[in-house]
Formats: sequence, C-alpha cells, structure tokens
Amino acid sequence: MSTATKAAAKISVSKILTRASLALIVGGVAWWLGGNLVSDPALFATIAIYGLNNGALYALIALGYTLVYGIIELINFAHGDLFMLSAVFSTFMLVDVLKVEGPGSGHLMYVFLVLIGAMIFGAVINVTVERLAYRKLRNAPKLAPLITAVGVSFIFQFIGLQWNGSAPRNFATVISDGSMEVAGVTIPHETFAIYGLTIPLLILLVTLVNKTRQGRAMRATAQDKDASRLMGINVDKTISFTFALGGAMAGAAGLMYAQTVGNVAYNLGFQLGLIAFTSAVLGGIGNLYGAVLGGVLIGLIQGLNDGLPNGPGQKWSQSMVFIILILLMVYRPAGLLGVSQKEKV
Amino acid sequence: MSKQAPAHLALDNTNKKWSIGLAVSVLTIFAIYKFALPTASTEVRTFFNNWLPLNSLGEAAVFVLMALGLNIVVGYAGLLDLGYVAFWALGGYVAGWLMSGFWYTKNVNVFGTPPPGLPEGIHLNFAFVLIAAGIFTAIWGVIIGAPTLRLKSDYLALVTLGFGEIIPQFFINGENIAGQNWTNGTKGITPIDNIRFGGLELGVFDLAPKFLIYAGLAAFMIFLSIRLRDGRLGRAWLAIREDELAASMMGVPLMRTKLASYAVGAISGGVGGAAFTTLVNGVFAERFNFAVSIIILSMVVLGGMGNVWGVTVGAILLSWVNSTGLVQFGRVFNEAAGTNINFPSYNFFVFGLLLVLMMLFRREGFIPEARTRIIMHEEDLDSVDFVEHKEGAN
Repeated sequence: MSTATKAAAKISVSKILTRASLALIVGGVAWWLGGNLVSDPALFATIAIYGLNNGALYALIALGYTLVYGIIELINFAHGDLFMLSAVFSTFMLVDVLKVEGPGSGHLMYVFLVLIGAMIFGAVINVTVERLAYRKLRNAPKLAPLITAVGVSFIFQFIGLQWNGSAPRNFATVISDGSMEVAGVTIPHETFAIYGLTIPLLILLVTLVNKTRQGRAMRATAQDKDASRLMGINVDKTISFTFALGGAMAGAAGLMYAQTVGNVAYNLGFQLGLIAFTSAVLGGIGNLYGAVLGGVLIGLIQGLNDGLPNGPGQKWSQSMVFIILILLMVYRPAGLLGVSQKEKV
Repeated sequence: MSKQAPAHLALDNTNKKWSIGLAVSVLTIFAIYKFALPTASTEVRTFFNNWLPLNSLGEAAVFVLMALGLNIVVGYAGLLDLGYVAFWALGGYVAGWLMSGFWYTKNVNVFGTPPPGLPEGIHLNFAFVLIAAGIFTAIWGVIIGAPTLRLKSDYLALVTLGFGEIIPQFFINGENIAGQNWTNGTKGITPIDNIRFGGLELGVFDLAPKFLIYAGLAAFMIFLSIRLRDGRLGRAWLAIREDELAASMMGVPLMRTKLASYAVGAISGGVGGAAFTTLVNGVFAERFNFAVSIIILSMVVLGGMGNVWGVTVGAILLSWVNSTGLVQFGRVFNEAAGTNINFPSYNFFVFGLLLVLMMLFRREGFIPEARTRIIMHEEDLDSVDFVEHKEGAN
C-alpha cells in the first residue's frame, strides 16, 4: 500500500515539474513576443510577414516528409537535398537554358513552364530513388532505410556540388525586389508570388488526397498495407505515387526558393530540410494540415527570432529550430495535430 | 547464482592473442617510423610520406576510438545517433580549455607543460585532460539522453542530430555570450600544450610517440568494448537492440541501460576529441559538422555494426581514405590521365554511395557479427516456418 502511494507521488512530482517547466518556457516566449508587439506593432508585423514567407516554403517541403512518413514510416532524409536539386535545376533551366533573368513582361510565362518542369523533375527523381533504394528495404529493420536515405542525401549533395559549383550562385530573380507599404507595414512583392503559388498547390494536393480514387488508395495503404492489397490496391504503385507527390512539392519549393532568394547553393538542402522536417513533426507527422501549420509556425518563429530586438538573433536561428524540435519531443512527441499512438504488441 | 564470471569470459588465451597481436603491430609501426624510415632511401621515404604519413595513422587511431564509441550506441544498443560529432566537439574543447593559454586571466599549472615564458592560462597534464573530457562528455551524454531516449528510433536519430547541430553552433557563436568569450569563435583555440609523458615532452612534430599514445587509447577501447559486450550490461544492450519490449519484460531497466550506452559512447567520443585536439594542435569550431557524424557512422556500418574488429578495420580504412587515400589517388590519377579532377570533392559521393550500397547488398557489414546477420535479414526468414521448424526440432 505504502509503496503504491509512493510511486503515485513520484509520478505526480515529475508531472508537475514537466508542466511547470513547460509553463515557464511558454510564458517566457509569450512575454518576449508580447513586449515586442506592444512596443512596435508595425515592425512586428513586417518581421512576421517575412517569417510567413519562409513558412510557406517550409510547409511545401514538410509536405514531402509527412506524405512519405505517413505511408511507409520512413524519415526521407534526402528530401531536403531533393529540394536543393530542384532549386539548382530550376535556376539552370531559367538562367542558362531559357536565358530568363531579372523582371520582365514575358518572363512569368517561362517561370510557369519551369515550375511544371521542376515539379516533374522532383517527382521523377523521388520515384526513381524509391524504386532503386527504399523499395528493397521496406521490410528491413528501420535503421537500414534511414541510413540509406542519409546516403542518398550525400549523393544528391555531390550532384548539386558538381552541377552548381562549391560557391553559392547568385542571379537576378524574375520577381522584382521592391515592396509596398500598408499602414507602416512593409510587404515585399515576393509575398504575393509565394502565397499565389502555395495556396493553389495546397488546395490541389488536399483535393487529390481526399477526393480522388488514388488518394483513397493512399490513405488505405497508410493504414494497413496487407489489407489494402487484399482489397485490390496496387501498393507499390500507390507508394510510388506518394513519392511523386512529395517530390513535386519539393520541386515547386525549389523554384520558389530560387526565385525569391536569388541564390542557390549545394548545401542549402540540409539546413532547410531539417527545418522542414521539424515543421512536419511540430504539426504532427503524417498529417497534411499539420505539416502546413507546422511550416507556417516555424517560419514565423524563426522570422521573429531573427528580426525582433532583445532576442537571440540570427546567429542562433538554427539552434532555435532544433530547440523547438527537442522540446516538442520531450513534451508532445505526437505534434500539435497528431494523435499519440500506443505501441501495439 | 555464483558471482564468478562464466569460463569463456575469463581473460583467456583468445584475449591474450589479440592484445599481443595488436601490441606487436603497433610497436612495429612505431619502430618503422621512428628508426627504420629516417635511414631509408629518399624514394621509400617519399612513398611513405605520401601514402601513409604518420599524421593519418594517428588520425586513424583516434577514429578507431570514436567509431568504437559510436558502435556501443548504434551497434550494441541499436540507438541511431546522428549527432555524434557533438561529443567530439565537447571533448575537443575540454582539451582546448585545459591545455592552452586560452583563459589568460587564470594561472593554473597541474603537471602541465605551458610554453616557455607563457605561464598564463590553464595547463593540465594530458592524462587529467583525458579524464576531464571523459567525465564532461559523459555528463553531456546523460543530459542529451535523459529527455530523448524514450523516443522511437527514428525520432531519436533526429533529436541527436539536433544536438549535433546546436552544440557546434554554440562553439561557433561562443565568442561573445553574456559578455564572455567562451570558445574564441571560428578562430578556434590554438596552439595546444605539448603532451608530457614520463620525462618526455611531445610537441607537434613528435608524431611517432604520439601515435603510440593514440593507439594505446584505441586498444584500451577495443578491450573495453569486448569485455563490456559479454558482461551483464552488454547483454542488456543487445537485448534492447533486438527487442525493446521483450527486454523490458525480462527485467532490463530500459532507461538506465540506454543511458549507460549513451554515456560510454560519449566518453569515448570525448576522449577521442581531446586526443584529436592534441594531434592537430588546436580545436576549430567549423570542423564539427554533420558530415563528420556520417563519416563515423559509415565506419561503423562498413565494418559491421556490433563487431569490434569490423568497426576497427572500417574506421582505419575510411579514415585513411578520408585523410590521405582520396587525395593521393586523385593526384596519381590526374598525373597519369592528364586530367584535372578535384577528387576530394568526391568525398560526398564516396560516402553516400557506400552507405546506400552497404544497406542494399550487405547490411551486416563486411566483417559481421553472426547475430547481426540474422537480425538484418530477418525478413528473409518466413517467420512462421522458422518457429515451426524450431518446435519440430525439439
């Protein structure tokens, strides 16, 4: 009896500690944000918009992680580098092949063409890698496909290095650098392009997954592969399709990044990929809406951290994202929109 | 239950055999470089200097030490750690802090070897520094492990990766945190004190005796790995690696056992980091990037996860390829073919392809452990048949 009460007391103490530390962290962040919001609302909004621009990008990449994880429980480590390759590809197509650089009247049409090209490029590469590497390892211990994905990521980086050179490549973007001002809040022109591209893509993706026959097959395969096979679903084809969708999103994100930032480097996939993965986990990995929410939130948090005064500042930007990842793992591994699952025996 | 160790665990002839073999080969290498090579002809010397410089041998020994540490986490306990470079960095900075003039306001000297005329800074003996690095990184291993080890395997990999990025970023940005210079930022801490060993002082160019020290550390880690594996803790690690749930049902305390593997892995990473700092005479924050974690992981995977000798061979081989082999091969190839290919830039490709091909075709590594081979190909066995067959045999 006494041991039972002791055990109960011990659990509640650790629970109280967890809650208290969480409250302390959230409270501290809220205090810092609130203070900044009150002292200079216009600056706060400007910085938030910059953050949200990145957030849309993270959301697009995070979708690739979450789609693949949802269906075969693989953290596709190479996804960030696929995004990088797409950025390099789209730059190569636009600047070297089509000679489109800088703002111009007819240029948007070319950008649209390259957007389609980059999406196909991302999809084809992702499907090829799945076919050559991951498919053979589908029933292997989890360590094997994860290490393979790390290897693929290195190979992608090598391709990027050979293709794009070791130094970052700068060029003039099609969207002009200017910005407009509304009530003291600066809105860069990219914002319209980014959201004009991201929102239709997201609507398209969600419709595809929720409304079409292929989408239904995807959801069924994610739930139970054997049962889906018995129902006549071609599981291999469905998994390939999922990789194609994720790759296409990474392709679109690659073009978007290249055309808003104006430079590409072979090693940008690693950092951005990790941030995007964190976004997927933040929202609840395997959940499409979660990936979007997570991406936007991470973008916002990173933007505020980089821009607002009295904060840790840009040089800690990367650490901030990882600290969020670690805190999340400690306090809520299922993510914001995810449902925690008990391990089945 | 008797407390006596089972017969096959006693320090028997097999243990003696490898230790003698290792000692002989290390001493031979030492003798060749120390005594035979200076008297050899210029051609032989150039060949050795190009293809097998002492520097790369010392580096290989340090990498053996670190790969064996990671092997305990990944190979024994089955926890994928993608941020092992963090422990290297921590150990390296312990050596940087305690064996240099970096803290110039302090004036500490404990059997240390401050450069002549410059007593400022903290100067500890190398042996103390190794112990300090071990303790410091073990504490960090537990700090990193405690909140994260209950995660599922792939999440754990990402969180360790997170730590592997945060800690080096701390060292890069550490030039000015709360008004204090902690790490000298990207400039790094250099030079490092000489190693005092008995009556000898080993400077930057005394590579042969230094190689002996590093090889000794690596040999100790080999010994430790072999002994730990067969002990109670090692068996508990293997049980967790193979089936966490079953292990906990059998009474293995999951958290404590996993933390122990983390701590041991961290200690060897830290000691390796401190040793590496003395090898390159400095500690530089930008060296600690993700690629290093992957290279050490490749060593473990290539040799054979869980097998001490496999990992040792893998570490020696890959560290040589990384430090000397690729550059030399490229130079010879370019001279012969008249091309101008930058071979070191193929590093990414070599290591990436290696990981993928190993996972696809030889998951258990080149020198596998019998047990790992079965686990890695579990899906090839039809589980039902397997069980029935076993029952039929009884």
